[in-house]
Amino acid sequence: MSEITLAATTENIGAVTAFVDEELEKVDCPIKAQMQIDVAIDELFSNIALYAYENGGDATVIFDFADGVVSLTFTDSGKPYDPTKKDDPDTTLSAEEREIGGLGIFLVKKTMDSIDYRYEDGKNILTIKKTI
Amino acid sequence: MTINKEKNGTALTVALEGRLDTTTSPKLEEELKAELPGLTSLVFDFSKLEYISSAGLRVLLGAHKTMTKQGEMTVTNVNEIVKEVFEVTGFSDILNIK
Repeated sequence: MSEITLAATTENIGAVTAFVDEELEKVDCPIKAQMQIDVAIDELFSNIALYAYENGGDATVIFDFADGVVSLTFTDSGKPYDPTKKDDPDTTLSAEEREIGGLGIFLVKKTMDSIDYRYEDGKNILTIKKTI
Repeated sequence: MTINKEKNGTALTVALEGRLDTTTSPKLEEELKAELPGLTSLVFDFSKLEYISSAGLRVLLGAHKTMTKQGEMTVTNVNEIVKEVFEVTGFSDILNIK
């Protein structure tokens, strides 16, 4: 298990991705799964960066790998928010009717094996898992 | 991400290299904002695009809406990862993908 803590800003998405990619390479993660995980990081870390804090704050990403399953846990001390509760977007709407809100988390739900949220000790804790 | 543009009259081909995500999408959006007026054909070449996140989808949707009014937009050479994102989100029904 290893982790990285940094300021929750969109500028730091690249640093989180680089950290996770390095760990994924150590466990010989297939490229497709790695790309899917990278997309999930972009969606989840940007959510924290854009919405968790009013005046900035930190976020921690914990990487774990056991029995062929990658798990990533995103923790922040911002306002309580459960993205798994967000309604799935209507993906059958036309271009004119389309809204982008909610599409990111929907994408994570569809490409990861699981996504779980809990609020504990004043922290948002979101864990995604993916069998590689 | 690298953006390579090739313009031929009112036709523009945009080849993207790298990742179209939260960090890089604003750059593409800005480039398109400057290029879209007067265009009748916009072709995206994704042969060197690694992946796309929802931030990139938002920019593509905006470009698609503009191009529908003044011409056409096509997305080409989509890899397996990008294709999956388009399919899961229903974008494969909206965009003209070749």
